[in-house]
Amino acid sequence: MLEISNLTKRYGSDAAVLEDLDLTVEGNSVVAIVGASGAGKSTMLRCINRLVEPTSGSIKLNGSELVTLKGAALRQARRKIGMVFQGFNLIDRLTVMENVLAGRLGYVNLYQAVTRRYPQADIDRAFALLERVEIAHYANKRADALSGGERQRVGVVRALMQEPEILLADEPTASLDPRTSEQIMRLLQSLASEMSLPVLINIHNVAQAKAYTERIVGLRHGKMIFDGAPEDFTKEALDAIYGGIEAPDDQLIETPASGPRQGARGVAHDSF
Amino acid sequence: MVDNSSAAQGRVWQRYDGRQRLIRYVVLLLSMMVLYWAVSDIDIFWPWVWDAPNQIGSLGARMWPPDPSGLGEIVAALLETVHIATLATALTIFVALPVSYIAAQNTTPNRACLWLGRFILVASRSVNTIIWALLFVAIFGPGVLAGILAIMFRSIGFVGKLMGEAIEEIDRRPVEAMQATGASKAKVIAYAVVPQVMPAFFAIIILRWDINIRESTVLGLVGAGGIGVILQGAIDTFAWPTVATILIAIITLVLLGEAITGVLRRKVI
Repeated sequence: MLEISNLTKRYGSDAAVLEDLDLTVEGNSVVAIVGASGAGKSTMLRCINRLVEPTSGSIKLNGSELVTLKGAALRQARRKIGMVFQGFNLIDRLTVMENVLAGRLGYVNLYQAVTRRYPQADIDRAFALLERVEIAHYANKRADALSGGERQRVGVVRALMQEPEILLADEPTASLDPRTSEQIMRLLQSLASEMSLPVLINIHNVAQAKAYTERIVGLRHGKMIFDGAPEDFTKEALDAIYGGIEAPDDQLIETPASGPRQGARGVAHDSF
Repeated sequence: MVDNSSAAQGRVWQRYDGRQRLIRYVVLLLSMMVLYWAVSDIDIFWPWVWDAPNQIGSLGARMWPPDPSGLGEIVAALLETVHIATLATALTIFVALPVSYIAAQNTTPNRACLWLGRFILVASRSVNTIIWALLFVAIFGPGVLAGILAIMFRSIGFVGKLMGEAIEEIDRRPVEAMQATGASKAKVIAYAVVPQVMPAFFAIIILRWDINIRESTVLGLVGAGGIGVILQGAIDTFAWPTVATILIAIITLVLLGEAITGVLRRKVI
């Protein structure tokens, strides 16, 4: 169970990207987080695994506080939080199998990681998951030789290799064509129930959010303005979330909290 | 069709306006003055310059035909030259990689390390190989060791700077993904940084090995080992046919090095 309370994030002295956000996700529910670019969707997801440092508030995963963790304790907590990215974030020059096994980096030691001597159990799990998403025959291909949909499936398998207690997906379908993105959404939906995982999905596409998730959370300017079942997500709710936001202005003013630039900022915040 | 109405005809167009043209003439004039100053200020003994063609002819005559008698010794010295370059390049890797790691903005642990790394790179690059060699000959005495260290100290700056730039140019997204798995910093580097800089690493090391072969041919002039020692000895004893053989041997070696690195570059990258 994930419990977010009073979460606030601001970059420097700018207006808050997230303001006093409360959200509780239980069991194996699939939750869509919708909102315009800059609404704070990515920032919220990245606050959970601390790729972005929250300014204040509390985030609890299965009862343990994440916001105050540091160093080794933070890394141990991150092992239990799988993440799927918009740009897949695979290591292009490594093989599919190496990318997938990278999901175990939090569990193996440095020698095992560098020499690729992963425990047999990890390799078995990797093959089982690759079979599950039907790309096991690509195990020894380089990641950059795959198509977009296949690459995202590698990204999903990598996250699942962590044996996560929650899965975060940041615009997992935004770089994919419509058909492939439907496949990925269906995959995330069925994996959630197979592995009884809660899944949080940031998504632009409201139709997909309604079709593949059981709960929709709407953000605007860092505040939650909708929380309910897909069938309650009406035209009014849609207008409240996206209405009156002119795309170009929105891009100019609020891009720091969206897309790949958000990623770069997140890394900078983590002192890497 | 283009409309040839009167308004479009006879309009004046010039690439530069009056002010721009004035600036260009002033810059040209200043450049000429600097050149004139340089030529008039240095002390060239002009009769020797006019005599140069004769001297070239006579030196050529004295060198011809090249003397192959010392070839065995020359080949051994050339091999020593190659060994100096290879060992120095190999040793460079161990020092240059940590330096490039702390001199890259995105991996450096803190600002002090960043400036330390940059200082090492600048210091290494601003001192010429021959000057490094003079220093190390003074410390370790003449010989191969001084040569290896001289080449190595100059290479650290070259390899370190280019590797640092390669590290700064990596895609940050895999780094973020590895951090999200709970990987430690060392594992993040092993998985997200190393694979991305591998091609650059091989290209830089091959290029530097190539440069080092050429640089190590002159080390002997200051007593730091290699073919240069024999070359210096032959020049000092006016053994011009031997000098000719050595020069041909050096050119052959450099061409060979060029060919080998060309093949390696295509194979590895």
